[in-house]
Amino acid sequence: MSRRPIFRPFSLERNAFGRLVLVAPDGTRHENIIPVRAFALSAPETGIALMSAESKELQWIERLADLPEPAQGMIAEELAKREFTPVIRRIIAVSSFATPSTWTVDTDRGQTTLILKSEEDIRRLQETMGPGALMIADSQGIHFLIRDRTALDLLSQRILKRFL
Amino acid sequence: MLEIDLDSSLAFRSSLIVLTARDIRCGDCSWPLTPELSLTHHDHAGVGMLELDDATGRLACWRYTMGRNPVALRFEREFTRQRDHMASGQPALPAVVASCPICQLPLPPDEEECPNCARELHTPPSTWTLLRLWRFAKPYQGQLLAGFLLTLAATAATLVPPYLIMPLMDEVLIPYQNGKPIDTGKVAMLLSGLLGAACFAWALGWARTYILALVSERIGADLRTTTYEHLLKLSLEYFGAKRTGDLLARIGTETDRINVFLSLHLLDFATDVLMIIMTAVILFSINPWLAMVTLVPLPIIAWMIHIVRDKLRTGFEQIDRVWSEVTSVLADTIPGIRVVKAFAQEAREAQRFRDANKHNLEVNDRLNRVWSLFAPTVGLLTEIGVLVVWIFGIWLIAHDSITVGVLTAFLAYISRFYNRLDAMSRIVSVTQKAAAGAKRIFDILDHVSSVPDPAKPISLPPLKGGIQIDNVHFRYGNRAILRGIDLDIRPGEMIGLVGHSGSGKSTLVNLICRFYDVSEGGIRVEGVDLRSVAVADYRKHIGLVLQEPFLFFGTIAENIAYGKPDATRAEIVAAARAAHAHEFILRQPFGYDSLVGERGQSLSGGERQRISIARALLIDPKILILDEATSAVDTETEFEIQSALNNLIRGRTTIAIAHRLSTLRRADRLIVMDRGRIVEIGNHDTLMATEGHYWRLYMAQSKQLDEPSPLGAEEDIEEEIINHPAGTKA
Repeated sequence: MSRRPIFRPFSLERNAFGRLVLVAPDGTRHENIIPVRAFALSAPETGIALMSAESKELQWIERLADLPEPAQGMIAEELAKREFTPVIRRIIAVSSFATPSTWTVDTDRGQTTLILKSEEDIRRLQETMGPGALMIADSQGIHFLIRDRTALDLLSQRILKRFL
Repeated sequence: MLEIDLDSSLAFRSSLIVLTARDIRCGDCSWPLTPELSLTHHDHAGVGMLELDDATGRLACWRYTMGRNPVALRFEREFTRQRDHMASGQPALPAVVASCPICQLPLPPDEEECPNCARELHTPPSTWTLLRLWRFAKPYQGQLLAGFLLTLAATAATLVPPYLIMPLMDEVLIPYQNGKPIDTGKVAMLLSGLLGAACFAWALGWARTYILALVSERIGADLRTTTYEHLLKLSLEYFGAKRTGDLLARIGTETDRINVFLSLHLLDFATDVLMIIMTAVILFSINPWLAMVTLVPLPIIAWMIHIVRDKLRTGFEQIDRVWSEVTSVLADTIPGIRVVKAFAQEAREAQRFRDANKHNLEVNDRLNRVWSLFAPTVGLLTEIGVLVVWIFGIWLIAHDSITVGVLTAFLAYISRFYNRLDAMSRIVSVTQKAAAGAKRIFDILDHVSSVPDPAKPISLPPLKGGIQIDNVHFRYGNRAILRGIDLDIRPGEMIGLVGHSGSGKSTLVNLICRFYDVSEGGIRVEGVDLRSVAVADYRKHIGLVLQEPFLFFGTIAENIAYGKPDATRAEIVAAARAAHAHEFILRQPFGYDSLVGERGQSLSGGERQRISIARALLIDPKILILDEATSAVDTETEFEIQSALNNLIRGRTTIAIAHRLSTLRRADRLIVMDRGRIVEIGNHDTLMATEGHYWRLYMAQSKQLDEPSPLGAEEDIEEEIINHPAGTKA
C-alpha cells in the first residue's frame, strides 16, 4: 500500500479549478494533488511527496531541484501557496512578560500580532534547524519561526530572553 | 545433602536431608530410592516446600526459607538423577563442569567468583554521609582553600570598625566634651580607616561569596549528573520498586538542597564561628574581665535558642508530612480524573482535599503559635545579654577600670554576634536535612545494578538470532515467577508466547532483553551467556515494541531515529514506510519535523505504535520482541499495524506476546505458559488438535468475539475527547 513508489516519468497539469493534476505514466489522472514536504523544517528541499486527495502517497520526489520544468515550478508554486510559517525578523513590542502575552512582530510577510498562550509554546529547534532556531505557536495555531535568535536585533533578543 | 531451616510447624529449626546413592534420609527416617519415589518442589510466600511421595501417598514434607531455594532445587534434580540411575541400574554420572555453588550457572572461564551471586554483598550506607560529599568537592579543593582564606580575611576586615571606635571615643569625643578642640587630622585618619575597612570587607566578601557559590554550584551539578548517569545504568528491577516522583525529587530537589546547604548555610556558619572566635580574642586582649562577662551568657542563650528550635523542628517535620498528604491527594486524583468523573465522585475528591487541607491548617496553626513567639524571644534574650554588658561595663567605668571607648567597642562587637546566634542555631536542623538528602542520593549511588556489566565482557560474535534458555528460574521478591524454563529458539523463528496474565510471559521477555537477570539457570545467545557480555552491546541487537509506545519530546524524525541517532533522512523515511507510518506522518503540519509531546498526545495510539515500530525497524535488530504490540488499539488499526509488523518480522528472530491469539497465527511455534512453566509447545494446528491449554484459551476468546461488547467503541470516542481537549474548548 505505501510501498515506495518507483520513480517514473510523470507529468503535472493544472485543471480549470487551479488544482494540480498528476498524470501517471500509464495515463491515469489523479485530480487535486497536494505536494507535501517530508522535512518541512530541517530539509525543505528534499523529500517531497505528492499526495492524493485521500492522503495516499502517489509520488515521492527525492529532490525538488532534480525535477524537470514545468513540474518543479508548479510544485514550488503550490507549496508556497499552502505553507504559512511566517519568519519573525523583529519583535517590536510585547504587552506583558507574563503569559498570555500579545506580541507585535515584524515578519517576512509583514507586521502582525500574535498571542502567546504560555512559554511552553516556544519550542527550541536546535536539533532540526541549528542552535538559535525557535518555533512559536500562537493561540490560533499559526507557527512563527525564528531562524536564528542571535541574529535578531538587541531589543528583540532582550524581549525573547524573558520568555525562554 | 540439604540443610533445611524450618520444621513442619514452620518454626525456625534446622535439620538435614541426606541423599545417598541408595536412599534418602532425614533424621531417623530413611526411604530407599525406588522408581516410584518422587520429590516435588513448591513455594508460596517465601516458604519453599519439598514433598517426597511414592505411588501410594506422601512420605515426607520438608520446608525451608527462600534463601535455600537454589540448593533445594539442585537437591531435587540430584535426587531425580540418582533415582533414574538406580532404576536403570547404571552408576550415576559425575557432576558436570565447574559451576557456581549457589546458582548453578557455569562459571566464566577465568573467573572464580560467580558474577551473578557476588553482587548480593553490599554494605549499608554510613551515617556520616555528608562527609562523603568530599568525593565531589575534591576536584575543587584549590578554590575551596581560596574561599576559606578569603572568608578569614573578610571576617577580620569586618571586625576592624568597632576597634576604631575606641580611640574615636576616648581620644577625640570625650576630650572634646571636656573642653579640648577636635584633632581633625586624627578624626580624618580614623574615619578613613573605617571607610577603608568597610570597602575592604566588601571586596573580600564579594570574592568569597562568588568563589564559594561557584564551587558549590559545580559540586551540585556534578552530584546531579553523576546520580542521573548512575540511575540510568540501574536495572528495571530498581525502577520497578521506586516511584517516579521520588526519584525525580532525589535528583532535583535533594541535590539542590545540598547545594544551598553548602553555598549558604555552611558558609554562613563557618563565617559566624570565625567571627566569634576572632571577636573573643580581640575582647580578651582589650579587657579580659569585661570579655568574660560578655561571653558567658552567650552559650546559655545559644542553648536556649537551640531548645526552642528543636521543638519547632518536630513541628516543621509534621508540616512536611501533612503537606505530602495534601499533594498525594492531588497526585492520586489528577491522573485518575477519568475515573473520578466517570463515577461522578468530584464532590468526594473535593472533600478529601478539603480534609487534608484542614489538617494542614491545624498543624500550621499549632506551630505558628510557637513560631511567632520565637523571633521576639531571641530578641529579648539578645537584649538581656546586652543589658548584662551594660551593667558590668558601667560598673567598671565607675571604678575607672575601663574607658567609655572600650565599653562602646564591646557593645558594637557583641551586637554583631548576638544577631547571628539565631542563624547559627539553624545549622543543626539544616545540616540534618542536608545529611538526609545526601543519604538519599548516596542510596542511589551505592546501589549496584542488578544487571551488572561483567568485569571482562566477552565480545559478541555476529548474531544469527538463536537464543538458548536453560532451566531458567526467576524470582521477584519472594515470589517465584518462572520455574525452570527450557527453550531453544532457532534463528529467524517466530515464537508466540501465550498464557494467562501472570503466567510469566513478560518476565521471560524481560529476561531475554536482560532487563533483569535470571535467578537460576542461564540464557545464551550464540553460545555466550548473556551475563558475560556488555549489556549495551547486546541490546543493540534487540528491537522492542511495547504495548504502550513511548514517544520522547521531540520531532517524529528524532523519535524514529532514537536507537540510531546518525540515521540518514532516507533511512528514516524507509523505516517509516515499512512501518506504514509514512503517510500519516506526511499529514502532520511539518511532516517528519512535527513535534510530538512527551506521550505523543497529538497522535492516536495506532499512529504512535507505528512510529515505535519504525524505531525498532531502523536499528535492524536480529532479535525482535513484541510485547502486546497490538493490544492497545482497535481491530482496524491492529490490521494496519499487523501488516507493518509483518515487514518487521521478516528475517528476524521474533518473540511475540499477545492476548489476542489471532495475532499469533503466523508464529512458527506457540509456547503456552502457565504459572511460570511451559505447558505446551507447537503450532496453532497441532495445539488445537491436542485440545489442551491453548485450545481452551482459544475457545474462550472466540466465544468472546461472538458476543461483541459495545464498550470498546465508547472508549475510543472518549479517548478522542481526552486527546484533543483544545477541540472541545474552541
